[in-house]
Amino acid sequence: MNAERHLSVDEIYDVAIIGAGVVGCATARRFALAGARVVLIEKGSDILSGASKANSAILHTGFDAPKGSLELALVQAGRQEYLDIHKAMNLPLVETGALVCAWSAEEALKLEEIAEQGRQNGVDRLRLLSSTEARTVEPGLAGHVVAALHVLDEHVIDPWSAPLAYVNQAIALGAVVLRQCDVRKGTFDGSWTLETGLGEIRARWVINAAGLHGDHVDARLGFEPEFEIRPRKGQFVVLDKAASRQLKTIVLPVPNEITKGIVVCPTAFGNILVGPTAEEQEDRVRATVEHDTLEALVAHGARLIPGLAHIPVTAVYAGLRPATEKKEYRVIHRGDRNAITLGGIRSTGLSAALGLAQHALALHGGGDFSHGPTPDIRMPNLAETRPRDWQAEHHGEIVCHCEMVTRREIEATLSSPLPPGDFGGLRRRTRAGMGRCQGFYCNARLAEITRGRLAVPLAMDGETVP
Amino acid sequence: MSRSDVIVIGGGPSGVAAATALRQAGIGKVTILERERHLGGATLHCSHSPFGMREFGRVYLGASYGRRLEREVAKHDIDVRYGHSVAQLGEDGDLLVSSDDGLQTLSARRVLVTTGVRETTRAARLVSGDRPVGVLTTGTLQSYVAFHKLMPFRRPVIVGSELVTLSAIWTCLGHGARPVAVLEPRAQALVRAPLDWFPGLMGIPFHRDAEIVDIVGQGRVERVKIRRRGRIETIDCDGVLFTGQFVPEASLFMTSGLAMDWGSAGPAVDQSGRCENPVYFAAGNVLRAVETGGWAFREGRSVGMALAADLSAAPPSGSPVRVTHDKPVKLVVPNLIRSGASLPGGLKDFQLRFKRLARGTLSLDVDGREVWRHHATWRPESRIMVPRPEAVATAGSVHFRFVEED
Repeated sequence: MNAERHLSVDEIYDVAIIGAGVVGCATARRFALAGARVVLIEKGSDILSGASKANSAILHTGFDAPKGSLELALVQAGRQEYLDIHKAMNLPLVETGALVCAWSAEEALKLEEIAEQGRQNGVDRLRLLSSTEARTVEPGLAGHVVAALHVLDEHVIDPWSAPLAYVNQAIALGAVVLRQCDVRKGTFDGSWTLETGLGEIRARWVINAAGLHGDHVDARLGFEPEFEIRPRKGQFVVLDKAASRQLKTIVLPVPNEITKGIVVCPTAFGNILVGPTAEEQEDRVRATVEHDTLEALVAHGARLIPGLAHIPVTAVYAGLRPATEKKEYRVIHRGDRNAITLGGIRSTGLSAALGLAQHALALHGGGDFSHGPTPDIRMPNLAETRPRDWQAEHHGEIVCHCEMVTRREIEATLSSPLPPGDFGGLRRRTRAGMGRCQGFYCNARLAEITRGRLAVPLAMDGETVP
Repeated sequence: MSRSDVIVIGGGPSGVAAATALRQAGIGKVTILERERHLGGATLHCSHSPFGMREFGRVYLGASYGRRLEREVAKHDIDVRYGHSVAQLGEDGDLLVSSDDGLQTLSARRVLVTTGVRETTRAARLVSGDRPVGVLTTGTLQSYVAFHKLMPFRRPVIVGSELVTLSAIWTCLGHGARPVAVLEPRAQALVRAPLDWFPGLMGIPFHRDAEIVDIVGQGRVERVKIRRRGRIETIDCDGVLFTGQFVPEASLFMTSGLAMDWGSAGPAVDQSGRCENPVYFAAGNVLRAVETGGWAFREGRSVGMALAADLSAAPPSGSPVRVTHDKPVKLVVPNLIRSGASLPGGLKDFQLRFKRLARGTLSLDVDGREVWRHHATWRPESRIMVPRPEAVATAGSVHFRFVEED
């Protein structure tokens, strides 16, 4: 089965979802499970090509979310659903726990307050630790840690396999995914007609999950924008897998009003990442990395975890978060126009996505869809904490030696219902080329294997060289 | 499966030379684990570089050198396992190995690691900008050309000024790509002799004191912004090629928690090529970046001889002494000294490199007493050889001192 089909003029979908980030993917799944005919429309050449491609991969508890907020409710609902489905979908859950570390006496004073807020938010497994206790929990911490709050239930997941699993389940239920398809205009006359780069799409409801373009998409749908996206850039450095010997726990700073701050965090893939920064910018497309900032992130990691000092940098990246002029999520339900906007999901989208999807279905009302059995979706495991394909027999060969990606895994993803649309998509689905050599060994091989299949090909067209 | 006497990880010049030396010294079972389908290592990528003059008395190009190595191992009855990728080094010489047969543990009395080098990536260089398709290293370019007859760009900007940079320019020109500029952040080329005139001769601008400050492109590379002598300029291009800045491929040591030397960025090794954990040995470019294939071959053979003798010698006693050095000396190899019976072969000289250009006196102090000195202008990344005096073997401290002139 292929997710992409030619559009038919007569086809009328129950729901058109604009934006295939983690929220759009989760929403497509939720409506498809409810029995709706779903079309998921993505401007980029692959899913997760906006804010969702770059985050810290933490499954949050909501301990520090604003009390009584929609964000808190949806993070907790989303988290709970992830915990319920991850085993069946073969998605990892790395139970790292987190330490909110105070590096000064002033910061230490705030920990009790944060713990209190956490308890009010329903997060119970919290422990205030002395410096010595913190270093017993996490021996990698620098000696100058003053105190810490241990949040035992903050975990790490695979930020790309999870949304891919959601969208795969939607596809298995008949959802259509359109990539490289931008929505230019929408008109409502009892149902929606969307003018897109791939032709007209008709749908009864429309859900705007367009992330960084959420306000623009609302305007194109004819709505008076109720918020303005103010992109906030976050840069990250990813340290070599050797770093995973130095740190097992998520290390969070004492947060301030604006941002959760820079995290030093294990990944499901066995690396350590340091980031993100929080930099306001106008540009919604370019997310550049900057030498001085990256250098500062490397130094920051080593200051907090001295064992990271000599660990080489494997990768660097930057992403834009769809922040708005307000801190809270901007969920807008326009019942008279059959429209829902899931906007301003600036930071906790990975944790809240499944919760946002439930919320969107509730706002929609559920309709009279008829749903059948739930298709089983099992993702290939990419997490280091569990067995991977390279450890099994008959994997063909290892194509990417740094990340130990097998030919069988690459072939499987290329023939999957939603094959990668670009090189980033291939990397996110398999980890090929993500490792310390960044493709020194495998990039040319991947160019050969993916010929004619990626929006931006790795090799040039035309004559092969003499 | 019968246990090997020695497992060699990596079938490049140093690994094959060591395996051959071990067999010639009468060691029974020697196994090479090679993750690719051919021997040769980095030489496979270099379709136009000459190899083999010193070791085989004739010149081979790229893949043909690898085939010569394959004939050598056949002649010496060495067990070569292709498509075998080592995932972890165990404390006791047990190796976790992946192949098409699945995961297995292979063990040997000694393990020699000859995993070579790779170039520093754009990510590890922390270069600013977007992250489009078309940014790669010379080794990647060479594998596009040599193994797949593909080209990743037509108009790249090339960064670096090492020997490999020449190879990169040559590869581009020979395969339908025309570099638009060569950039070197230093005031002088690292390899002055040909780089000062070669790009110019080919009509390619060579900018010294120039570095990329922004890579621009959403899909593919569209242009770069460079800072050249303090001014920002834009160069249109469709790729960026980062050449050189080789680093040892020592990830197995790091991820397995075995002792590293942070100056060389390779494993810590003593004068016999033996690691801190004496089950392990290392040779070739994994010790330090970067020497030629011929150098790696000779080093492999010499460490192979030491390893052969070590198999029947008494195990080393006591902990090794760390060789220390002043700045701006970047690295010293060997960086450990072990006392006890000296083995034949091994690393006969100290190899040093400077991080930057420096003028002054370099000296070797053994137990606080100067045993060697030399005054010179020391160029960055150039090989310096200091003979290893006998007295070093029993020393309590070995230090390279540097006194810089203003």
